Amino acid sequence: MSNIPGELKYLSSHEWVRLESDGVTATIGITDHAQDLLGDVVFVELPELEAELAAGDEAGVVESVKAASDIFAPISGVVIAINEDLEESPEVVNSDPYDDGWFFKVKISDAEELNTLLDAEAYTEACAADDH
Amino acid sequence: MGNKTILHDAHQNAGAKIVDFGGWDMPLHYGSQIEEHNIVRSSSGMFDVSHMTIVDVQGADSRDYLRFLLANDVDKLAVTGKALYSGMLNEAGCVLDDLIVYKMPKDYRVVVNCATREKDLAWMHKQAESFAVEIIERPSLSMIAVQGPEAISRVKQAMPAQGALIDSLSVFQGLEDGEWMYCRTGYTGEDGLEVLVPQDEAVSFWEKLLAAGVKPCGLGARDTLRLEAGMNLYGADMDESVTPLQSNMAWTVAFSDDRDFIGKTALLEQKESGVPSKLVGLVMTERGILRGHQAVIVEGEGEGEITSGSFSPTLGYSVALARVPASTGDHCYVEMRKKKIAVQVVKPPFVRNGKRVYK
Repeated sequence: MSNIPGELKYLSSHEWVRLESDGVTATIGITDHAQDLLGDVVFVELPELEAELAAGDEAGVVESVKAASDIFAPISGVVIAINEDLEESPEVVNSDPYDDGWFFKVKISDAEELNTLLDAEAYTEACAADDH
Repeated sequence: MGNKTILHDAHQNAGAKIVDFGGWDMPLHYGSQIEEHNIVRSSSGMFDVSHMTIVDVQGADSRDYLRFLLANDVDKLAVTGKALYSGMLNEAGCVLDDLIVYKMPKDYRVVVNCATREKDLAWMHKQAESFAVEIIERPSLSMIAVQGPEAISRVKQAMPAQGALIDSLSVFQGLEDGEWMYCRTGYTGEDGLEVLVPQDEAVSFWEKLLAAGVKPCGLGARDTLRLEAGMNLYGADMDESVTPLQSNMAWTVAFSDDRDFIGKTALLEQKESGVPSKLVGLVMTERGILRGHQAVIVEGEGEGEITSGSFSPTLGYSVALARVPASTGDHCYVEMRKKKIAVQVVKPPFVRNGKRVYK
């Protein structure tokens, strides 16, 4: 069973969002379940710094030995940081998807959007439905 | 639920991710496909390939039968145990399967793919009607491939009594030891052995190899290893829609005047009228991954298709096999994620014995 932390929000397309303690920064990555489905990650394409993303926009691509998969922005905002370490060490997405394997951070433009995302329980159900 | 090899429990205990492969539940990887790939290039890994189909061809006409059945010529096998890679073709000259045939002390042993087992056996039986041969499948034999620069020394460590027999093997030769057979063959581009072992001894052999430091590797790594080695995968790189001449397998077709074989007439006609396409290697050093079925565009010549593609762990970028127009030069374009990307056309293999070899 994959690890689905209770404090994060999710998209059914396997992105996670963490609202940081400042209340306006959100960190985004892909879930443990996603990295397990993909297998070894070999490239990650991230959004440009200062890009303005709307919820649902294509924000990047993750490529594994098995497949290429689009990354969608779970919420709207301006990109304020990208995880440059993933260029040299994409395997961190497999080994530590929720911490060192983060993809990018946005300054949230509408905090209300967080309420539209899946909580851990709903995401767990979405994964279970995927498996059948 | 698919068929399971005798090693299924051993795979699960080792944490394997199991997938369906030609109707068999087989390990895709045991954690990281790339680590397993690198272990085979640098030391030694082992693959359960017991799903492969082993068939003995016996009887007075076995030589004549195989000379008719196969595009390559078993008369090239001068020494006991020597192995030959060949296509098995239909009358249209197209590839029914690729296989390895060993010259046994009396007769022959053939190893064919698992996904094509029923089709192959039906074809072999049908073609055998006018020959005095027996086609005997050997499902009681398991098969473990141990591959990598340290593979042979580790197998000798696991099986010390067989050291002399293993040392006596030349490349592409297999010799029996009772029911067992040690073959210096493989599908990775590294030195190593494929060992045919009676099913009831397979688990203990696997455990001895583990104890000797050989790492279990899944079919994921097997696929990237064979792709780097430029070895075709049946069903991806060639099938019943193409001939060996279109599949980088011309070297496996023995055209001699005095031998007829199934598909020969069609192949000679194709040579005469011009082979329309060829199987080449593609190399893309920028980010991104070439994948099967992506479209290939050759300016002024036409289109083609990637037949298998992946990230190459040894090289650090992507390589592929692709079927392209016969007149294709040294570069082409691949359509990838709505972009057209220039790639280099090379002659496979890409990697042998751990090192880049293409030009």
